[in-house]
Amino acid sequence: MKSLLINPVLNKEIKLRFRSFKGFLGVFFYLFALGLIAIGFIIVNTVYTTASVFSPDQSRIMFIVLSFVQLALILFMTPGLTSGVVSGERERQTLNILLTTPQSSTSIILSKLFSSISYLLLMMISSLPLYSIVFLFGGVHPNLLLSTFLLYLVVMITIGSLGVLFSTLIRKTIIASITTYGVALFLTAGTGFLTIIIGEMFFYQNSATTVPYFTAMVNPFIILISSFEPYMVEEIQRRSGIGIPIVTSFYITYLLITILSLWISIKKLRPKMTANKGRA
Amino acid sequence: MIETVNLTKKYGSFTALDSLNLKIEKGTVYGFVGHNGAGKSTTFSILATLLAPTSGTAFVNGYDVTKEPKKVRNHIGYMPDFFGVYDQFKTVEYLHFYGASYGIPKNERDLLIPQLLELVNLSHKEEEYVDVLSRGMKQRLCLARSLIHDPEVLILDEPASGLDPRARIEMREILKELKKMGKTLIISSHILPELAEMCDEIGVITNGKLVASGSVGTIQKQLQANKVIHVRLSSNLEEAISFLEDEPKVSAITRHDKNENTIIFSYTGTDEEQGQLLKKAILKDIQIVSFNEEETDLEDVFLEITKGVDFS
Ligand SMILES: Nc1ncnc2c1ncn2[C@@H]1O[C@H](COP(=O)(O)OP(=O)(O)OP(=O)(O)O)[C@@H](O)[C@H]1O
Ligand SMILES: [Mg+2]
Repeated sequence: MKSLLINPVLNKEIKLRFRSFKGFLGVFFYLFALGLIAIGFIIVNTVYTTASVFSPDQSRIMFIVLSFVQLALILFMTPGLTSGVVSGERERQTLNILLTTPQSSTSIILSKLFSSISYLLLMMISSLPLYSIVFLFGGVHPNLLLSTFLLYLVVMITIGSLGVLFSTLIRKTIIASITTYGVALFLTAGTGFLTIIIGEMFFYQNSATTVPYFTAMVNPFIILISSFEPYMVEEIQRRSGIGIPIVTSFYITYLLITILSLWISIKKLRPKMTANKGRA
Repeated sequence: MIETVNLTKKYGSFTALDSLNLKIEKGTVYGFVGHNGAGKSTTFSILATLLAPTSGTAFVNGYDVTKEPKKVRNHIGYMPDFFGVYDQFKTVEYLHFYGASYGIPKNERDLLIPQLLELVNLSHKEEEYVDVLSRGMKQRLCLARSLIHDPEVLILDEPASGLDPRARIEMREILKELKKMGKTLIISSHILPELAEMCDEIGVITNGKLVASGSVGTIQKQLQANKVIHVRLSSNLEEAISFLEDEPKVSAITRHDKNENTIIFSYTGTDEEQGQLLKKAILKDIQIVSFNEEETDLEDVFLEITKGVDFS
């Protein structure tokens, strides 16, 4: 286990990522975007309203806005960070040499995922001071912050694993990126849209249906909403007649996607050496 | 020790390697020669466990590449024909990374890396970023990298390609050094003379098939069994031609197109027979001024062996 966690590839990936100027710029813009939104929000709510105090209610709304923006940023950055980890090395012609070292495919794949995640984690942690504003003005329980960050972590790992998977299977980084972004878009906008459309169709007829349960179950934004406003998700679950809470299904599904993606990536990183007669 | 057994690789219906059988003993430097697309890199990729054969197999130090690729990886140093480097690494960091990948502890690496840099003449570039190194330096760095775990077998795919003549000589010196260390080397090139000097054995591959193999001398002899002899005479060319026409091992007698007193012919006799032939001619009073064999270098051997092969 130790060799899986503390190993040369992870070391190298982190070193190279944090050494590059791009790595620094990424963190900078991330915080810049979040900070801008937080400050903008405070200004709009204090300067342009009669009440010049920031109330706990407004603080709660700001927390919700920040959480959504941060989830969107994570969904936007993860595919970019992970979809080149294998194909990029292939394109730069460094993969062959790496694969002739005795490092196991498991350790190579996991290291590459962890190094991307650790970069995202750094951004997430460096955004924490922004949340102190929220806690200063009240209106949000710290547990909500914890559950939100747990959601971020799971989304990072799962989307990251999908990025690694496509990077392993697809030769060109650009196509792997597009595919990963496509999947991320489907899991958010796509399923969100389907949940609303199908939900409307059935709920007005007051009939039972399981479809919105499954589309909502994979959508991290819907899960995020449910932590502030659980009514919609509870209604979807009630109409589906399924006993498991949607949030639980979400975590189980994402865990399964992660395991499957990583497992395929590990299997496909190196060729299967056994002679396979008749196949090219 | 390297051995391939009926090693075959097909890409769809195209056969890149056709039942290749090689046997390279420990400590041998084996030159692998072939035209572009002959299948050299394909063979090396299979030996390096990067490509699965369609059928047949290969052994490195007794380990089957298809069954125990992990063990094979610990015993080989592989240098691909084309490779990239992590540009944000410094030369030492580059070597530390691969050293760590082979599980070499930090304190051992600290001792080992300066020695390797010394071997490939890169000590002065230790703190340089890898991407500013010249092509030849990168090539030598890659060689140093492939040696980091002290592998018994080295698989070097065109290690001298893209190098200037001086760098080629340097590379050759380094390889001779490795040979002295008792390593088994397989080196590919499409230039035969480049390999001849440092190789013990040579294998020639064309279109995925091994068409000749053996010591450099043997391969040279294969062609020299058919010698081309130039004879310059002071007079009486006709007489000399009719004499030669009666000799059984002489064929293809022609007059030289530029030197009108010179006759060229092919001869398949041994060196002793050749001596007897010369003596007999002199006794017949044929006015021979000079009698010499055409120099055949390895380039001719290569072209001869691969003659009639469709390179398209
Ligand atoms: N991935 C691939 N798909 C299809 N054909 C391939 C593939 N890789 C190699 N080939 C073909 O296999 C043949 C052998 O290629 P290989 O790279 O082994 O040649 P080589 O002897 O190394 O040539 P060179 O001297 O140019 O390096 C070539 O005809 C090549 O086109
Ligand atoms: Mg090649």
